[in-house]
Order: sequence, then structure tokens, then C-alpha cells
Amino acid sequence: MNAGPNLKKTPLYPCHLKYGGRIIDFAGWALPVQFTSIIQEHRAVRSAAGLFDVSDMGELEVTGDEALALLQYTVSADLARIGPGRVAYSPMCNHEGGVVDDILIYALSRGRFLAVVNAANIEKDFRWMEALARRYPRAQVRNRSDEIAQLALQGPRSLAILQPLTPVNLGGMGYYRSIEQVDVAGIRCSILSRTGYTGEDGFELYCEPGDAPSLWEALLEAGRAHGLAPAGLGCRDTLRLEAGMPLYGQELDDRRSPIEAGLDRFVALGKGPFVGREALVRQREQGRSLALVGLEMVERGVPRTGYPILRSGEEIGYVTSGTYAPALDRHIGMGYVPPEFAAPGTAIDVKIRDRLVAARIVRLPFYRREEEGK
Amino acid sequence: MTYPAGFRYTKTHEWVAVEGKLGKVGLTNYAQTQLGDITFVELPQVGKELKQGQIFGVVESVKAASDSYTPAGGRVTAVNSRLESEPDLINRDPHGEGWIFELELRDPAELATLMDVTAYTRFAAEAEEGAKG
Repeated sequence: MNAGPNLKKTPLYPCHLKYGGRIIDFAGWALPVQFTSIIQEHRAVRSAAGLFDVSDMGELEVTGDEALALLQYTVSADLARIGPGRVAYSPMCNHEGGVVDDILIYALSRGRFLAVVNAANIEKDFRWMEALARRYPRAQVRNRSDEIAQLALQGPRSLAILQPLTPVNLGGMGYYRSIEQVDVAGIRCSILSRTGYTGEDGFELYCEPGDAPSLWEALLEAGRAHGLAPAGLGCRDTLRLEAGMPLYGQELDDRRSPIEAGLDRFVALGKGPFVGREALVRQREQGRSLALVGLEMVERGVPRTGYPILRSGEEIGYVTSGTYAPALDRHIGMGYVPPEFAAPGTAIDVKIRDRLVAARIVRLPFYRREEEGK
Repeated sequence: MTYPAGFRYTKTHEWVAVEGKLGKVGLTNYAQTQLGDITFVELPQVGKELKQGQIFGVVESVKAASDSYTPAGGRVTAVNSRLESEPDLINRDPHGEGWIFELELRDPAELATLMDVTAYTRFAAEAEEGAKG
């Protein structure tokens, strides 16, 4: 748990120390796993709001006349109809249909795009997109990760906390929409979007690294009366798992395809050529060999990444993520099993340290927020 | 952080409280803060013979699974079954209600290899400094 001297620090590192964050190594970044308790922070996000430092995420800017063409070739979702102010989620596949990364794509003004990528994949994704860009000489890819800080305000009170700080009307802003050049508490945010990774309503704010600490403090101050809490990586993981959202490196990797991961609605096989399309078409025609499922423990035990999944004594799959789910007060996980065992209710065992512990397949997500008047 | 006097402590942050031939074993306050919210405790079987330093069970927090080692050898005589439904007793009262199991000590001389409260308090404070980086 030693933070170590070689870790990269986000501009909010001093704030994490100030608020008592317990610092760990996350993909080479010194980030807080928790400030008070993972469960407390998790509950704060579900019932009020939490503030996360997500500056470790990478930002690759794609510009030029062929920016959209390059992105259409790079990702599996169809971006043809996304214009400025829209955000799209998409897997980015390799030629075998495996996932290089799962990313957010912001369509910005003047034909620019910003691809927001996982911290651990920044260099890999940048090289991958640069290589693909050789086919599109009028598209440029720039790695702007070090020039951009990112905060995520997540939870049902997010709108009430953020609205008084900005002249822009946020109430009318839909999910996966973004606005450029917004002042929040007098601090210029290059992008503000209604996005997140927790299964709750919320916003993500992009700003200059130098402005990030003031923005952090202003948000915490404004949120105090609403129950806003600083939140760490620990609950970032439990929240996304309850919401059934995949995490790159666990549910997604170079070998598993978006079809296996159940991300079909982000795979537009009919949109025209894109990397991995042939492999994915084949998989759709011939059927996938594995399917991502949710599971919950029936007997006592905690499923963890890599644990084997068995059915009638035979190994059929593996756990990709597992944890305690505060919303359900039980231990849950996700994993891959052959599709014939993927039906909710199917009895399975998870092998935990040489012991078979009973579990069952359940429908994803584990948790869904109540929509307010939508 | 403070720790009870009279307990003996391991470098892996377990404690043993000895009364006669019996020793009660648990995790220290330092250990539980490092683990964070504990959600599962794998208890040893009553009757099981353990050697000093052997893994007696696993304590899992939201973050991770962590092996736990017995401070002394002997036969398990009781386990704290309350931990099955309230594993966070270890977070709330690590040196008391959050005890994990009791054993009949095989060789009380083993206790001499463990730290007393003064040595452990210093040891844990240094570990805490290290964890802060």
C-alpha cells in the first residue's frame, strides 16, 4: 500500500492528502482508494453525491477533415449522427474482435472529437489510433492527457449542487450530452457533460490542471449541505459493478469481444467497415462461445477476479470482478460462462481457495436507479 | 492508535490474549484500518490443529482478500460465529467483540517470540508511516 516515489500524481494529489485519502498505486497513478470508508462513500453517491478525481483518464484529441472517418473506422459504435454536444460510448476493437479499450467520444465544435480512454491504456490507445490514422492523412491524433484534469460529480444531488455554481441551465441537459466552455464557480471548464460510471445521475467536468484544486474545493463547499463526500477508487469500483458496467482489464480485454461482453448495442455491424468487423460478424453468425453474466453468492464467500466458475463439477468459466454490494448487502460478481449457462437462475459454483461455493446467475445490472420524471 | 496492554502481537498484525491455557486471537486496529470495510471472514474449523504462523483463515474487505496467521500454535476450541453475519465487528471493535477464534495453546513459550504492546505500538506506527508513502 506504499504510494512509492515513481507514481504519477494528478493535480488533485494535495487535495487527496488534505482530505485524508489513502493513496494507492492505480495503473501507475497515486490515487485515493478511500477517504473514510468504501461503503460510506458508496452510500453517499447512491443517496446524495460523491466527488471523484478521474484525472488519470486519458484524452486523445482527433481533428481534421477526416476525424470522423478515422473514428468510424476505429470504434464499433456508429458515430454518423453524433454532432457537437453529444457523447458516445464505444468499444474499440482489434482485428480479431477483441477489445483494445472502451472509450467515450465527445463530439466538439469545429469538427473536433475528444476520445476519453482508460488510464492504463493511454499509450496503447494513442499508438493504436496513430497507426490507424495513416489511412486517413487528413486526420490528426494528439495525446492531450497531461493538459486536462477531470472531476466527476456523481449522485442524485449532483444537479442541485452544480446548478447554483454555473450560469448554464443544466436541468434541460440530457444524459450523454456535453457543453463546451462553461464557467463553474468562476472556473473555466473546457467540457461539462452529463456522464459517469456509477449508475447515478451526475456530471463530469474537464478543466486545466492548474484549476482543478480550486474546482474541487468549490464543489465540496457547495455540496456540503447536500451530503457531498470526496470519493475514492474503491467505491468507483463497487458502484460500477452494481450498475453492471464493464471495467477494462477485467470484463474487457484483448481477447474478449464486445459481443461476448453483451455490448451489442455499441456494435454497429451495418455502418460500414471498422476494425474487427469481420470477426464480429462471424461471431454473431456462429454464436459466441462465452457470455458475460452477473452472479450472486448463495453460500458465504467472496468471488474475486480469476476464480473458476463450475457447473456440476466441471469448469465452465471464470470470474472477472467480484465484491460486496452495499445496495444489496451481498457478495456479487461478473464473469464469463458459455451462453447455455447464462440464463438467470442457473446454479453455479465459484471455486474460492479450493472450496466450491454455491452461487447463481442473475440478471444485470444488479442496481438500477429510479428515474426522476423521465 | 492504541492497543491493549497484556496482549501479544505479530508482525502480520494479529493479537493473542492469553488466559491460562487458552488464547483468543484477532486482528489489530492497525490491520482493520488498512483492510477497510470487512465484509467476510473465513473462520477456522473448531478442533483444527494450527502451527504458529500458519494461515488460520481469510479476512476479506471490499478491497481485497487477506490471509491471517495464527500468533501461536494449538487446537481451535471456539470461533466467533457472530462474524458470519457481522464481519464488520472487526472494524468496530478489533480488540474486543471482533475476536476471531480461541485456541488451546500447545507451547506457551511461543508467546515469547511475539511483541508486547510497547514494541507493537512502535512497529505499527512505523508501518503506518510507510503506508502513507
